[in-house]
Amino acid sequence: MKKIYIPRDAAAKALGSDEVAATLSDALMARGEEAQIIRNGSRGMIWLEPLVEIEENGTRLAYGPIAADQVEDLLASKIETLGPVEDIPFFAKQNRLTFARCGLIDPLSLSDYRAHGGLVGLSRAAAMSAADIVAEVIASGLRGRGGAGFPTGIKWKTVSEAAGPQKYIVCNADEGDSGTFADRMIMEGDPFCLIEGMAIAGLATGATRGFVYIRSEYPDAIEVMEEAVTIARAEGVLGDDVLGSGKAFDLDIRVGAGAYVCGEETSLLNSLEGKRGVVRAKPPLPALEGFLGRPTVVNNVLSLATIPVIFEKGAAHYASFGLGRSKGTMPIQIAGNVARGGLFETAFGMPLGELVNEIAGGTATGRPVKAVQVGGPLGAYMPPSKFDTPFAYEEFDGQGGLIGHAGVVVFDDSADMVQMARFAMEFCAVESCGKCTPCRIGARRGVETIDRIAAGDATAIPLLTDLCETMKDGSLCALGGFTPYPVMSALQNFPDEFGATPANQAAE
Amino acid sequence: MPRDHADANDQDITAIVMRHMGMEGPLLPMLHALQEEFGYIPEAARPIICDALNITGAELHGVISFYHDFRTAPSARHSLKICRAEACQAVGGKALSDRILAMLGLDWGQARADGKLVVEPVYCLGLCACAPAAMLDGKLIGRATEEKISKTLSEAGL
Repeated sequence: MKKIYIPRDAAAKALGSDEVAATLSDALMARGEEAQIIRNGSRGMIWLEPLVEIEENGTRLAYGPIAADQVEDLLASKIETLGPVEDIPFFAKQNRLTFARCGLIDPLSLSDYRAHGGLVGLSRAAAMSAADIVAEVIASGLRGRGGAGFPTGIKWKTVSEAAGPQKYIVCNADEGDSGTFADRMIMEGDPFCLIEGMAIAGLATGATRGFVYIRSEYPDAIEVMEEAVTIARAEGVLGDDVLGSGKAFDLDIRVGAGAYVCGEETSLLNSLEGKRGVVRAKPPLPALEGFLGRPTVVNNVLSLATIPVIFEKGAAHYASFGLGRSKGTMPIQIAGNVARGGLFETAFGMPLGELVNEIAGGTATGRPVKAVQVGGPLGAYMPPSKFDTPFAYEEFDGQGGLIGHAGVVVFDDSADMVQMARFAMEFCAVESCGKCTPCRIGARRGVETIDRIAAGDATAIPLLTDLCETMKDGSLCALGGFTPYPVMSALQNFPDEFGATPANQAAE
Repeated sequence: MPRDHADANDQDITAIVMRHMGMEGPLLPMLHALQEEFGYIPEAARPIICDALNITGAELHGVISFYHDFRTAPSARHSLKICRAEACQAVGGKALSDRILAMLGLDWGQARADGKLVVEPVYCLGLCACAPAAMLDGKLIGRATEEKISKTLSEAGL
């Protein structure tokens, strides 16, 4: 039977994919035509959504963007295809490891998942010792994809060797950074991949319970993950006897309540425990005293969802991609004012400018790119003069930036950098948990100081610089500690807009 | 859909609280379930939760007030959320929200006179590659414009 794929991904839905699916279903019935409609995840080419794929003779031909009123024409073959999905240049240039199945399969079909390499990694891990699993993750070079870039295998090793009556795997799915949506996409498009990664983490560390903490702003992801967990339990992927290994692992979905700071691992743990989502001082590390004071792995969605492919294809295969200490691939999310926005998974090392100008095709407005914010609201604004920076952890650090969760937000020349700096401080003030002084008070003072500068008082610039130093060095977590990145990068890369002169730019 | 707030009674509240007692870290799921049922966290729920979890009223108040999602009073029946974060700003999100608020004659968080609609800020819906983004209740709107939002509102009878 003919298969027609229409994404159920939230971005595709926001662009009308539900209406397209309903219209298509009615139209097929009216024509007396038989076809199976599959609601897949997104292929990540968001500018083409809703992207409809029609499978004929084993080839999936892409059509998009398709509106509900084009469905009749689509069925009458009056719409020209974009060709096979895999041949669309944006897609063909990627190295899809973590996102290999996203958009390809029916997200909630475990047999589809198995047919495309799913559960191979978990089966392999189930036959290995905990120490060997940890060694494999260390050998892969995988680093935390949430932003901090801490080696995932080392974290697992600490938890594995820690003693405790109960250990936990906590998946941080509180993806609150503007410009990032990879966690959401993989949860909606390939939920079993995350579940498999968490189960492997459980086997590696001796943790038998897990949680996925998903932000409440992601109702679609919550729905898909809950269904997937139910299926995984029924099929023996989760439970007392994971894939017949005799080892137990189970997990629950928990929903956040609209607090950005809960993306920070220690506030997330407090929130899971039912407390205010305030940051905890470290040490103790969550690996030793995490959820309910017990040894806990806290990993980002992408870190955990990358584990299955490492075990399916081997650590050496994964580590063969990348640049320097940034091994493997990164699902980069290109957003904001771009011609071709979406998810682009590639080996670390691609220059930022190539991503923005060639892959994404520059701005949607056709105006010159002025700045690119990389790494979410706490990431630096990179000007075109830094576009040769390779996309990798240390390389961005060396340019005063960070890759964070790999969100890339593009701005054209109409962007007001003083206002963007002000917004960073305002956001920090709204979302500060209030525990540490530099963030709680500094963010407010930051807004006021930038307002003074915007009103023409350039003498306030050294004060802003000084305040940013204090927040950077004195805050407990990345919210207060990294808010200076967007602020200072705006000031340093666009000094004219702040009325800055070399004399007043530096703090004494 | 949340029920009318007049329906909140101790028996229903207790049933919801007790349903979550076997969990590790039950408080947030409990508060979500109460809000789902009543549309907000009823005052009457506080002593019941405190007794069940053996926590003080101050601690519970701290938790409820910390999170943007939890409401302590009945809210407008429908909520239009408009994203204010950077990716949406990069494509005119601020101008869009200014126009929508002006069109409705409302400010952020202010309920319409008929109590049916409130416009709230949201910081990222994960629709950054099809910004600006908005959401009416659960219905997502990508590449949002004044026309698209107006159409969605009128389709919902608002």
